[in-house]
Amino acid sequence: MAIFLDENSKIIVQGMTGGEGMKHTRRMLASGANVVGGVNARKAGTKVDFENATLPVFGSVGEAMAETGANVAVGFVPPAFTKDSVIEAIDAQIPLAVVITEGVAVHDTAAFWAYAQGKSTRIIGPNCPGIISPGKSNAGIIPADISGPGRIGLVSKSGTLTYQMMFELRDFGFSTAIGIGGDPIIGTTHIDALAAFEADPETEAIVMIGEIGGDAEERAAAYIQANVSKPVVGYVAGFTAPEGKTMGHAGAIVSGSSGTAQAKKEALEAAGVKVGKTPSETARLMREIVG
Amino acid sequence: MDLFEYQAKQLFQKFGVPVSLGEVATTPEEAKAIAERIGGVTVVKAQVKIGGRGKAGGVKVAKTPDEAQEHAAAILGMDIKGHTVHRVLVDPGADIKDEYYVSYLLDRSNRTFLAMASAEGGMEIEQLAVERPDALAKVPVDASKGVDIGKAREIVAEAKFGADVAEQVAEVLVKLWETFVGADATLVEVNPLVRTGAGDVVALDGKVTLDDNADFRQPENAEFEDKSAADPLEAKAKEKGLNYVKLEGEVGIIGNGAGLVMSTLDVVAYAGEKHGGVKPANFLDIGGGASAEVMANGLDIILNDPSVRSVFVNVFGGITACDAVANGIVGALTTLGDEANKPLVVRLDGNNVDEGRRILADYAHPLVTVVGTMDEAADKAAELAHAGA
Repeated sequence: MAIFLDENSKIIVQGMTGGEGMKHTRRMLASGANVVGGVNARKAGTKVDFENATLPVFGSVGEAMAETGANVAVGFVPPAFTKDSVIEAIDAQIPLAVVITEGVAVHDTAAFWAYAQGKSTRIIGPNCPGIISPGKSNAGIIPADISGPGRIGLVSKSGTLTYQMMFELRDFGFSTAIGIGGDPIIGTTHIDALAAFEADPETEAIVMIGEIGGDAEERAAAYIQANVSKPVVGYVAGFTAPEGKTMGHAGAIVSGSSGTAQAKKEALEAAGVKVGKTPSETARLMREIVG
Repeated sequence: MDLFEYQAKQLFQKFGVPVSLGEVATTPEEAKAIAERIGGVTVVKAQVKIGGRGKAGGVKVAKTPDEAQEHAAAILGMDIKGHTVHRVLVDPGADIKDEYYVSYLLDRSNRTFLAMASAEGGMEIEQLAVERPDALAKVPVDASKGVDIGKAREIVAEAKFGADVAEQVAEVLVKLWETFVGADATLVEVNPLVRTGAGDVVALDGKVTLDDNADFRQPENAEFEDKSAADPLEAKAKEKGLNYVKLEGEVGIIGNGAGLVMSTLDVVAYAGEKHGGVKPANFLDIGGGASAEVMANGLDIILNDPSVRSVFVNVFGGITACDAVANGIVGALTTLGDEANKPLVVRLDGNNVDEGRRILADYAHPLVTVVGTMDEAADKAAELAHAGA
C-alpha cells in the first residue's frame, strides 16, 4: 500500500523545463517513477527528451491530467510563481501536489493553503524533498538508491536527515518516506503522515524526525498518544540552536522559550515515543523494534 | 528580519497607520537638536531589537532639550540583554489617555494568521496573556480574505473596545493589515496603541518581523538591514550566498541540508562533553546540491574564524555528489596553501562516496582525516579542537 504515493501514481512535473526540473525529472525517471509529462504554459506542445523517455509539455495541470491521467504534480517552479502553480494544481483537482521549491514567501503559502481548504488536493511542502515509496514511485528529489522497500514509515521536516535515516536503516527498507518540509506553514503535517502510516498495513513502525520551531512535534506527540498503536521512534534536531536565529529552514527558529528541541523531545517521550539523542541512536532504537 | 522601532513606525507611516514618530540620533548632541526641533516634552528611546528596554532604563522622558541630551548620553552605549544601543529615537511626548494592544502574526499551529487585540494595553503582552487571558482577543484571519473594515470591527468587538473608540481602532486595524500584507511581514505589533487627550488613536511603539523569503518582491526591505550589527563572518557568508550562523564554540561545522547541520551541531556538542566541553563554532549549510565551489567558499569562511580549532565536514550525498565535495575540499586547501592550518575531519556518505573518499585519500593532506560515521567524526573533531586549545 504505502501512503500517498504508490505504483499507480502518474506524475507530472510543474517547471520540468527549468534546470532543477530537468535534473530531477531525469532522476525520477531513472528510479523507475512513472513520470508522464511536464507543465509550462509557454512551452505547451513541445517535447523533452530524456534517456528512456520523451515527455510532452502541457499548457496546464488540467490539460496534463486530461491527456495522461496524471494524479500527482511535483513542483520545481521558482518561488515568485509557486503560489499560482499550486492554485492551478488545486483548481485542476489533482489528488497530490508536491511542492519542492525552497524560499516561498509565507504569505503565499498561507494563501494557497487557505485556498486548498475544502478542496480535493493534498499538498506536501513547500521547501521539502518530496515523497518516495521505494519500489513503487518517487515524487521529488529523495535519492532512490539509498534504501529499498520495507516496513518502516518515515516522516521528517528535513531532507538530508531523511536521507541519513534511510541510510542508517537501509537494511530494513521503507514503506514510504516523506519529507514534509521545514517552512513555518506546510501542507501535509507529521500528524497527517502518522495517521496514514497507522492505517497502512505495510507499515510496521514509524520514524518521526522533527526540528526546532513551532509546535508541530508537540501536537504530533499528543496525536500519537491518542491515536497511534504502532511503535514510533523520534528524533529532534537543534538542541544547540541559539534563541532567535533561523537555522537554515525558514521555520527552524526558537522564539523566546517556545519551539525548543528539549520541549519537543519531552513531549514525545511523555507520549511513549522513544527519542534518540543522535540519528544513529534513533536508528538503533528502530532496529530494536523491527530487527 | 526584525526591525527597530523607528523602522517599524516608518513602515506603519508608509501604509497609513497613524504613528507618533520623531527622529533617530546616534549622539547626545543630535538628540538635543531633535528635541529642540520637536519642542516640549520628548521621550528618548533605546533602539534595540529586544523587549524589556523600559525596565532596563532604556526609555526616558525629557522635559527639555538638555535633558534629552543627558538621557541620550546615558542610554547610548548601554547594554540591554546583550544588545548594545547604537541609536536612540527621540519621539514627541504623548498625552496618553488610554493604552491598547493590537497585532497580526503568523499562527503556525493553525496555518493561518491571527489578529490579537486588547483594550488593556501598556503591559507586556505575554504577561497579559497569562494573567488576564479574557482581556486578550485572538481572532483567526483567513489568509485568502484578509482584514477589511467588517473583519476589523469583529476584532474590535471581540476585544471589547469602548463604543467611543471602536471605529478609530478598526480603521487602524485595516491599515495595519495592509502593512502586514504589503510588506510581507510575519509580525506587526503595536504596544501600546494609545488614545490621546485630543482623541487621536496613535501607534506609540512598533514591532515588525519581515519574511526574508519575500525579499525578491520587497526590494525596499533591504534598506532596513542593520549592516553594522552583522557579525563580519556572517556578512561575508551572506555575500557568498551561504547559510551561516556564528556560534560560540570551537568546532567549525560544514554540512549539507539544514536538518543534518543542526543535527551535526548537537552531535558535536555531545561529543564535546568528553573533550573539555568544546562546542560547535557555527552553523553552515552548503545546501542540497552544493558544488565544489560552494564547498570551497564555506571552508574559506570557517578557516578564517579565529575561534575555530578544528573543522567537521559532514556531508550526506543525496543530490550532492561526494566527489564534488571532495574536490571542493581539495580545491579550497590548495588555494589556501599554508593558511589552512586547522585539522579537518571529513565524513562522507551517499552519492559517489567511494570516489569522494578516493579523491581525499589520493590528496593525502596531513590535516585531513576521513572518518566513517557521523558519531566517530564528531568525536574526532571534538578531540582535535580540545587538543588544539
